[in-house]
Amino acid sequence: MKDIIQVKNISFNYADQPLLFDNLSLNVHEGEWLALIGQNGSGKSTLARLIDGLNVLKQGQIIVDGLLVNDENILDVRNKIGMVFQNPEDQFVGATVEDDVAFGLENRQVDRKQMHHIVESSLKNVNMWDFRDRIPANLSGGQKQRVAIAGIVALSPQIIILDEATSMLDPRGRQDILNLVREIKAKNHLTVISITHDIDEAAGADRVVVINHGKKIDEDVPDKIFSNTEQLAQIGLDAPYTSQLIAALKRKGVNLNQQYLDSERLIAWIKQLVSNK
Amino acid sequence: MNNFLFGRYLPGNSWVHQMSPQSKLMLSFYFVIVIFFANNLASYAALAALIAIVILLSGVSILFFLKGIRPLIWLIIFTVALQILFSAGGTVLWKWGPFSVTNLSLINGGFIFIRFLLIIMISTVLTLTTTPLAIADGVQTVLKPLKKVKFPVDTLALMLSIALRFVPTLMDEMETILNAQRSRGVDFGSGSLKHRVQAAVPLLVPLFTGAINHAENLSTAMEARGFSDSEHRSKYRIYRWQLKDTVSWLVFLLVGGLVLYLRK
Repeated sequence: MKDIIQVKNISFNYADQPLLFDNLSLNVHEGEWLALIGQNGSGKSTLARLIDGLNVLKQGQIIVDGLLVNDENILDVRNKIGMVFQNPEDQFVGATVEDDVAFGLENRQVDRKQMHHIVESSLKNVNMWDFRDRIPANLSGGQKQRVAIAGIVALSPQIIILDEATSMLDPRGRQDILNLVREIKAKNHLTVISITHDIDEAAGADRVVVINHGKKIDEDVPDKIFSNTEQLAQIGLDAPYTSQLIAALKRKGVNLNQQYLDSERLIAWIKQLVSNK
Repeated sequence: MNNFLFGRYLPGNSWVHQMSPQSKLMLSFYFVIVIFFANNLASYAALAALIAIVILLSGVSILFFLKGIRPLIWLIIFTVALQILFSAGGTVLWKWGPFSVTNLSLINGGFIFIRFLLIIMISTVLTLTTTPLAIADGVQTVLKPLKKVKFPVDTLALMLSIALRFVPTLMDEMETILNAQRSRGVDFGSGSLKHRVQAAVPLLVPLFTGAINHAENLSTAMEARGFSDSEHRSKYRIYRWQLKDTVSWLVFLLVGGLVLYLRK
């Protein structure tokens, strides 16, 4: 599989602060859903900003779909990447839903007729077309995030980065947004990088990268990462719900030789266990 | 928020709603200037008739206009009272110390009252029938000639539309901070002047830092969506000059001419 993003030996620090990344390397494969997990301050969001060229790299290289991230290519790189940020309020540029979705298109000087067409289809895509005249003050957090996603879909990027995009939403809003991104990803063959504290969100990824204090300490499929509950505990992350359930069952004497299963497989296993008795 | 009429747009599809914002802006400006040329009953009557027609055409209930006047009523009464009590000339009807009421001062007071009324009416028509975004757009179109002298019109329009978009957000935030500080025992709006000013600090400081945070996050989000400068952008909305605008201008110019003819 092709690597759509290559992070090569980067070092970075904010002004007057110690090195956050020291010689970090990371690859993102085309078409995968990559979850980036780690504590607060581990450098996840900074990494996303470096990839989008919002922060300037001091050492090393980042290559996005064959383009080196530098001053020259910055607009082309940003054309390939759509970012959804944490706070729904702060990324709403337009006065109304429609204007917000059009913002990115206006920046690319898209023709007006085409723009109206794209805005309509993107808003219908996220089920927000009926809300097109609303102002942000009259929308819920989840709806604002939907609009943010519509604004990105309108630009048809190849990569979507969710920078803790669901952390300020309630559980249902979070699930809705993730399902929506999953749908859009499948439809448009996108690569998704999701930066998250939410272990259950990471459990749905194709691959998980664990970052701690600016260092990549592990990368693997979710099954493997979440089997290693000790490592997760060491860096201050919770084990997913199913792992906790398995551990509790073990304490009660029910033995399963695996540390992690997703909920469907765990249910299947328990059903089998019960029917065998 | 209830008395906050600016930006209180009432959706509709009337003649006035359909006019382009740039011509509405210019018309309001022109109308205010014409008001200051009127100086007798006949000219004021012409302007009042025009405003009445505009209000009818806007399809907005007269109640909203009364609401628009309410916050300014004290200012109007104060100004009119000063005008009546202190202007000299004409036959004296009543006198007490430095105060005097003459027949001329009564007439002048009445005219000032009508002036206030007309100005509030036209600006209320403008804000009730035009979205804030359209007003920002209208400002951009009206100021376009200033580009020749290197005035950053596009940047100003962008700032204006972002400011308008954040008004309700910051209002909500202010409410939250007010309540949060109240719950911690800060007493707003009572006590001596010094006390009140001191009480405003725990409101203003978080509001300012919040605004700076918003600005920082918003600029990052704008950059991530490909914003580089406000000049090289296409526009999603466009407000074209229409036949309705031309007709309205003709009527307004006619009334303006009439006022000039009628004034003494």
